[in-house]
Amino acid sequence: MDNKDNTHIVKYRTYLFVLITLIVFTFISVAITGIQLGKLAVVGALVLASFKSSLVLWYFMHLKYENQFLRLMVGLVLFVFIAVLIVTFFDYSFQ
Amino acid sequence: MSNSHNQESSYLDYKGRFKGIFAWIFSTDHKRIALLYLYSIATFFIVGALLGLAMKLELIAPGKTIMEAKTYNGVFTLHGITMIFLIVIPGLPAVFGNFLLPIMIGAKDVSFPRLNLLSWWVYIFGAAVAISSQFLGNGPPDTGWTFYAPYSFRTTTNMLPAVLGAFILGFSSILTGLNFIVTIHRMRAPGMSWLKMPLFPWALYGTAWIQLLATPIVGITLLMIVAERTLHIGFFDPTLGGDPVLYQHLFWIYSHPAVYIMILPAMGVISEILPTFARKPIFGYKAIVVSTLLIAFIGYFVWGHHMFTAGMSGTAQFAFSFLTFLVAIPSAIKVFNWIATLYKGSIQLKTPFYWAVSFLFVFMIGGLSGLVLGSLATNVHVHDTAFVVAHFHFIVFGGVGYAFFAALHYWFPKIYGKMYDEGWANTGWVIFFMGFLILYLPMFVLGIMGMPRRYFDYVDEFSRLNIVSSLGAILMIFGLIVIILNLVRSARYGKTAMANPWGGPTLEWQISSPPALENFNEIPVVSKDPYDFSNVKLG
Amino acid sequence: MSTVAVHRDDVGSKIGMWLFIFTELLLFGGLFIVYAVYRYKNPVAFHLAGEELDVTVGTLNTVILLISSATVAMSISAVQYGNKRATLSYLLITILLALFFMINKYFEWSGKFGHGMYPGSEKLTELGQGEVLFFGLYFAMTGLHALHIIIGVTILLIMLVRIMNNKINKTYFVQLENSGLYWHLVDIIWIFLFPLFYLIS
Repeated sequence: MDNKDNTHIVKYRTYLFVLITLIVFTFISVAITGIQLGKLAVVGALVLASFKSSLVLWYFMHLKYENQFLRLMVGLVLFVFIAVLIVTFFDYSFQ
Repeated sequence: MSNSHNQESSYLDYKGRFKGIFAWIFSTDHKRIALLYLYSIATFFIVGALLGLAMKLELIAPGKTIMEAKTYNGVFTLHGITMIFLIVIPGLPAVFGNFLLPIMIGAKDVSFPRLNLLSWWVYIFGAAVAISSQFLGNGPPDTGWTFYAPYSFRTTTNMLPAVLGAFILGFSSILTGLNFIVTIHRMRAPGMSWLKMPLFPWALYGTAWIQLLATPIVGITLLMIVAERTLHIGFFDPTLGGDPVLYQHLFWIYSHPAVYIMILPAMGVISEILPTFARKPIFGYKAIVVSTLLIAFIGYFVWGHHMFTAGMSGTAQFAFSFLTFLVAIPSAIKVFNWIATLYKGSIQLKTPFYWAVSFLFVFMIGGLSGLVLGSLATNVHVHDTAFVVAHFHFIVFGGVGYAFFAALHYWFPKIYGKMYDEGWANTGWVIFFMGFLILYLPMFVLGIMGMPRRYFDYVDEFSRLNIVSSLGAILMIFGLIVIILNLVRSARYGKTAMANPWGGPTLEWQISSPPALENFNEIPVVSKDPYDFSNVKLG
Repeated sequence: MSTVAVHRDDVGSKIGMWLFIFTELLLFGGLFIVYAVYRYKNPVAFHLAGEELDVTVGTLNTVILLISSATVAMSISAVQYGNKRATLSYLLITILLALFFMINKYFEWSGKFGHGMYPGSEKLTELGQGEVLFFGLYFAMTGLHALHIIIGVTILLIMLVRIMNNKINKTYFVQLENSGLYWHLVDIIWIFLFPLFYLIS
């Protein structure tokens, strides 16, 4: 078995940048709830949350440095979940 | 890669740190764990089958025959929980997957052997919790295995252990699936590329993904029922604004894919057996692989066809009906491939082959009746009738059950190193097959006539067909006894089996029967296709 | 017991961890589906109920978890550099931050309980139907999340001991990586819980 492909070391600095970005976006999402956006507020909050979690997945969870298979699988799982949600709403949004 | 193992002690005789039964229940060897599952599942199966027989005896005549209505509700609930959660969901992957997956891909064990043992312990623990529901508190649960809200949190019967038991069993299923995926990714022998992998491991791979991605949803749903019963949160309680239909959605988001957890490995078994007994490579290997993955994927989005009469929106009904028809396509592809495999083969009529061909027969009836249920209009007519019961017994029992017996007879010589008595095995099969058809075919008719499921009583006009059906059940149980006695006896007294009694092409037939503790002396190097019969020697 | 030589497969065990994370994501996914449906059916009630939650506490907890996620990632870099002290300190910071998170959570919940707001309470069931569901989901989802924090802290503590014993070191640190993955998962779930509960008013 090869145990080689975890030799990549991420610099502390990279993590720090990512962390600052994450915190900034947290405050942005708090700030925009102050503005009356109506339905867009939900969308905005979810878009920001998705962006933040992608950063966590990509850098903190090392997907950037992992092999293709894992990235594919993460994508697949998210796809399946979103598709299930959409199919569920075939019921609720047409009642 | 030869039979040089014969001098070595097999996994059955191996003596390790522990003695007696402890050498089994603490063993991390995938083959011993497989047998642990086999014996536990067989025990539960006998219980489940007797419960089924009790139901058929109750239905042999209108009115009360052998039990009260309330008892009947408890019996069909326990029958469902046992058969679904304890037998058909773990069945093929846990028994034959565990035994054969590492061998068929040329590995010494699964990736996480201790996790594998833990799965079995979790399984036993979950089973114990689920069964305790029968003896504790206010009597056995009476909701059916689906635990539909709101009744499941309003009934005074002993729901909590049943629901928690199902939750724990889900863990076991997830751990097995996780283990298999990593094993297939990491442990394949040198040279065994993805498309050189036999079809049973492929089926297990698809199954494992469903186990992994669907089971958590039912896990959280069952926990919500627990929360509902203990804390009255109101998730599914209409008086608090909850939506009981949402429970059905969540339940079937798992439980429909669970049907594919059951049937995919069964299809894998059939894909192994047919080439061996036709002595011909499988027809359309890649098409079968692709259809396996497609079934796993599309099967995730068809759950709503269980809810056509539950008050879903018209759009959802249409969408689910359409998706249900889509999932029939890859299943049909497989059936055509199997039949094409038999075409012009030199067929050996052995017991596993009989089981496999009868699988094709009942699976097609089950599949076609599934299309009747998948179409909206006809579904409304036969919803919650005996037709549905007949349909899913043709798929779940006819599919998984037949494949299980096929697998058991096919790999029996490998597992025990003994041959069974073929005369008795075939006799058992004939009786069972006849009993099965007599039991379930009338239920299609009864369902179309309008007999509802889950009632202990019925009107007189249904009585003739019910008598036939109940007699079929007795015949089938008789066949089952013959099959089981023959196998139990043969495991001890059967003639010694050769390494490759059927002339099978895959790796498990190239090691001794029973396999040595570490399966292979040296990890094999694979260069040919899985169903290449050149150089395959009998014996 | 098997005598199969213990084979080491770091990549395999990381794949295994990811698969486990998928199951966790879908476990919460089920609750998110419930949330989505009930919010869709009761937009106004969810809006009103959301105002009962304290945005400041929520934001503070979000920042705490984000920092802890970064520090656990840094501890993995540190172990790869072979710097044991740095590894231990980053991990310790992570654990302390997690404890802060739990303390915040404790005050938040006990405040709610003090007002008679807990699952199944009389006051709660007297609220409008949508609000009952909002708080039901709030307690269920943040409660399940808190349970994951507790499990995560336990795992990180075990890692701390193993680093001290040099069981985890420059050449063998996959367990620390896997624990880190688990911790990030807890973070990701919170990233979604935060706007869905605290920021919808």
